[in-house]
Amino acid sequence: MRTLLTVFLKELVDNLRDRRTLASALIMGPIFGPVLFAFIINLSIERSLDDAETTMDLPVIGQAYAPNLVRYLESRNIDIVAGPADAAAAAAAIKTGLYDVILVIPEAFGEQLGNAIPAKIELYSDSANTQGEKEARRARRALNSYNRQLASIRLSARGINPLILRPINIDDIDMSTPSGRSAMLLGMMTYFFIFAMLMGGMYLAIDTTAGERERGSLEPLLSLPVTRTQLILGKITATCVFMAFSLLLSLLSFYVVLRFMPLEQLGMTPNFDLRVVVAAFWLLAPFILLGASLMTLVASFTKSYKEAQTWLSVVLLAPTLPILIVSILTLRPQLEFMFIPSLSQHLILVDMIKNEPLNGLHVAISVVSTLTIGALLTWVCARLYRRESLLG
Amino acid sequence: MIRVDRLHKSFGAVRALRGVSFDAPDGRITGLLGPNGAGKSTTLRILYTVFKPDEGSASIDGADVVTDSLVARQRLGALPHGSGLYPHLSARENVAYYARLCGLDSGVVDDHVDRIIKLLEIEDFADRRTKGFSQGQRTKVSLARALVHDPQNIILDEPSNGLDVMATRSLRELILKLKDAGRCVLFSSHVMQEVAALCDDICIIVDGQVAINDSVDGIRERTGCDDLEDAFVAAIKLVGDD
Repeated sequence: MRTLLTVFLKELVDNLRDRRTLASALIMGPIFGPVLFAFIINLSIERSLDDAETTMDLPVIGQAYAPNLVRYLESRNIDIVAGPADAAAAAAAIKTGLYDVILVIPEAFGEQLGNAIPAKIELYSDSANTQGEKEARRARRALNSYNRQLASIRLSARGINPLILRPINIDDIDMSTPSGRSAMLLGMMTYFFIFAMLMGGMYLAIDTTAGERERGSLEPLLSLPVTRTQLILGKITATCVFMAFSLLLSLLSFYVVLRFMPLEQLGMTPNFDLRVVVAAFWLLAPFILLGASLMTLVASFTKSYKEAQTWLSVVLLAPTLPILIVSILTLRPQLEFMFIPSLSQHLILVDMIKNEPLNGLHVAISVVSTLTIGALLTWVCARLYRRESLLG
Repeated sequence: MIRVDRLHKSFGAVRALRGVSFDAPDGRITGLLGPNGAGKSTTLRILYTVFKPDEGSASIDGADVVTDSLVARQRLGALPHGSGLYPHLSARENVAYYARLCGLDSGVVDDHVDRIIKLLEIEDFADRRTKGFSQGQRTKVSLARALVHDPQNIILDEPSNGLDVMATRSLRELILKLKDAGRCVLFSSHVMQEVAALCDDICIIVDGQVAINDSVDGIRERTGCDDLEDAFVAAIKLVGDD
C-alpha cells in the first residue's frame, strides 16, 4: 500500500509539472468541449429564429410583370431586390453562389393569370446548399400562400366556398417538453464529458508503459524491490485522479456555459443545476477506471510514445460509437443497454437532463457493469505488465 | 555475493546465452567483458530480474532471482544500460523516489538521499530538474538512485558509456570505494583498459558462453599474453575455434 502511494504521489507531482499533460487535462477536455458546444448552440439559435422576425432579400427578375405578387411578398417581410439580367444569368448566379435563390417572372405571367391558365414562374435555387435551401423554402412558402389566396378569390368570385379545397385540417400538436427538447441537443454533452475525462488521463496512461520505456526509466524501475502489480496500480490510480479532475472541471465549465446560453430561445430548459452536476459526476465516475485501464492497456502494446498517441486517439472516439448508433436509431433506454459502458451513462444522463425520474435498476446495472469491466481491464493490464517483452 | 549457474536464454531463434556460469564474491570487483552482442546485458538483466532464464539459475546473496525475486532485488542496486531519469523531477526527487520504493522509512529517506548525493558529488545540480542534464550528470544521478538503499550487491551495465575523462575517473573511484566497503560489484564493459584498471576478476563472455573466467593475473597466465587486450583477443579465438 505504501509503495502504491509512493508511485501515485510521484506520478501526481511529475505530471502536474508536465505542461503537455496539464494542457490536455485542464484545457483540451474541459474548455474545448463547452466552447464547441456554445458555438453549436448559438448557431442553431441563429438558424431557428422565426422567419417573420428577419427580412430576407429576394432577387426578382421581371418585377414589372407581377406588381401584385411583388407587393404580397413585401408584405411577408421579403425585400424584393433587382436580380441578374435574365434567366440564364440567374442560373449562373445560383451556380456560383452569388445568390441563394432567384425568382424569375416571365413576360406572359399577367396574361396567363388573366386567362386562368396556370401562370408559370421560376424559382432558382440549389438544394445542396443548406443555407440557400432555407431561403428558397421561405420564398416557396410565401409563393404557395399567394397561390392559395388567389385560388380562394377565384372560387369566391364563382360563388363557391373556398373551404371546399380543404377537406382536412391538420393541426400539429408538439408534445415534447422544453426539458425534453433540450435533451436532444444536450445529449451530446455526455460525449464531451467522457472525452474530457479521457484526455485528462491520456498522457499518464501512455507514460505508464511506452513513456517510461522510451525514456529508459522502465528498466531501473522494474529492478526495484517492488512488485509490478504495485507499480501499475499506483500509476492507474494517478491516471484515475487526473481523469476525475478533468471530468469535474468539464462538468463545472458546462454548468457555467449553460447559464450564459439563451437556451430559452430554442424552447429548452435543461435541468442542469449543481445537484445534477454532482449526480452526473458520480454517474460518470465508474467510467474513469474503465477509461484509465483501457488507455493503459492500449498504450502497453505500442512501441513508442508517438504510436501510443495515435492509438489512443482511436480510443477517444470509441465511446461515441454506442451513443451514435442509439442516437441514429432513436432507441429508448432499455435494460440491455445499461450493460454497455458509455451508452448507459449517456442514456441515464439524458434522463437526468430531461428531469425524468431515474430508474434505480438502470443506474445500478450501469455502475456495476462499468466497474466490473474496468476492474477486468485493470487486471489484464497488471498481467501484461509482468511480461518480459514489456521492455520492448 | 552473486552466483550465476549455467544460464540459458533465447529470444526466438537467437540463442543469447548458452550456459553462462560465474561467481562475483563480496569485496571484489568482477568485470563482465565481451564484444557487442555477446550476452553481457542479457546476463545482467536476468540478475536484476527483468528477464527470466530459460534454463539454469542465478542468486543474489542466496536469493534466487526467479523464485525469490523480491528479496533478490532488495539486496541489489542496478544501473541498467541507458538508464533514464524523470525529467520533471529534480535529481534529489529522482533519488528520493527510488529510496521510498526500496522501502526506506520516510524518516531516513532524506538522510540516505543527502549522503548519496554527497558521495557522488552531485550537490551542485541536485535540486535542478533533470531535464537537460549532461550524460555524465545523468549517469551520476542514476547511480545515486541505484545505491541510495545501500545495497550489498551492485550491478552496473556499461556505466562509463558516454562519460568524459573526469566523470570516468570519479566513477572508478566510487567503484573502488564500494569494493573497500566490502560490497560485491559486478559491471560490464567492452572497454579493455577500464576493466584492467579496476577488476579483480574478469569473466569474458563470447557468443553467449564464458570464454575465460579468472583473476587478471590468471588470465594473463592462461592465455600467455602479457597485455590484457591480446589476452582478450586470444580468449575470443578460443571460443571461435570450438
